[in-house]
Amino acid sequence: MGYRIQVDFDLCESNAICMQIAPEVFEVRDDDFLYILNEEPGEDLKAQVEEAAQRCPKQAIAIAEG
Amino acid sequence: MLAGDWEPDRVALTSPAKNDELSFEWHLGTRATELNISESKVLLDSGHTISFDGAIIATGARCISLRMAGDLQGIHTLRGLDDAMAIRSEFEKTPHKVVVVGAGFIGAEVAATARQRGLDVTMVEAAEVPFERVLGNEMGTVTANVHRDNGVEVITGTPVESFKGHDRVEKVVLANGTEIDADVVIVGIGVRPNTEWLDNSGLTIDNGIVCDETCQAAPRIVAAGDVARWPNKLFGEQMRVEHWDNAVEQGVYAARRLLAGENEIEPYAPTPWFWTDQFDRKIQLAGRTRPTDEVKIVTGSIEERRFAAAYGREGKLVGILGFNRPRHVMQYKQMITEGVSWEDALEHAKNS
Repeated sequence: MGYRIQVDFDLCESNAICMQIAPEVFEVRDDDFLYILNEEPGEDLKAQVEEAAQRCPKQAIAIAEG
Repeated sequence: MLAGDWEPDRVALTSPAKNDELSFEWHLGTRATELNISESKVLLDSGHTISFDGAIIATGARCISLRMAGDLQGIHTLRGLDDAMAIRSEFEKTPHKVVVVGAGFIGAEVAATARQRGLDVTMVEAAEVPFERVLGNEMGTVTANVHRDNGVEVITGTPVESFKGHDRVEKVVLANGTEIDADVVIVGIGVRPNTEWLDNSGLTIDNGIVCDETCQAAPRIVAAGDVARWPNKLFGEQMRVEHWDNAVEQGVYAARRLLAGENEIEPYAPTPWFWTDQFDRKIQLAGRTRPTDEVKIVTGSIEERRFAAAYGREGKLVGILGFNRPRHVMQYKQMITEGVSWEDALEHAKNS
């Protein structure tokens, strides 16, 4: 049972909160755009990814199970 | 929400399903009226009493309102969802002149949102330079100019004297005699922690519940969020933080603290931060800045209004302000948390 991260880039405002919570997965670069370093980061990082999704002020991060 | 882009369900912090999962016992629409520490009980206005092994106090804060507003309609403060909905429905009526009293970050964000909805906006601030207390003179001016350039009339150095109107507010009168037409007024002049119910509890109250560096107010009693004042050893000062991010972080910490009981636990020493969207600028501030701090631009320029400015005090990096620079803010925020010196921070800026 894996999961996959989906970001709605129309909503994303690069607040970089996800990067603070899960820097292995999310990175806001110098161009101020968010990059997903790993779309399927695995169970080890799931708690962090969930927290990032929950705390995104734009609610732009979704987790697709399966 | 205020812009009219989102509906209330979108900003809900939790859902009924999640609440069920946690199997909490909720007492909604009920006030806690007294904390009895010796008997480990909380008294409620419903007449019920709740006993506890441990308590987390998170009673938050409420907006300070202006007494001279009386019961005139059309004068609002912004705190909860009901406030946001009330202001939004005011914004949807026309014709429209909005006056924002207090050029803090909440007031300024409301001003920007109203302006972007095409309303006439005047922002009134008692201090000479808006945001100066937090950002200092130069950066406060930069922020105020974003508003001026977007058509907000910014009036500074003049407190509000009174309001005029029959049932509804019609004019805002300033101390210098100026009268400003107003269909709706939003007052954003700060908050007061909700501690009155604890007055006889024996806890120390001083602009919040005074806690130790682990957020403990008394044995088995901790506090979190806007109501908690605690010594943050990272900055060597007592603070009470009103930001969204801290409410989450400190809540989690407070629960851990309670569970740790007599065991050792690392003090709560975060770098506070927040962001605010004002027109097309994303303004983020991390750390504890003061108007007397040294300020240096570490990337970008004020002219293009895309920059990060570092704040230094007593040889330490203590703050970072970003205008559309989220990446830099996060980097420097991390450096603040690590206790990086001012010299090293400037060196880092030179080399990156």
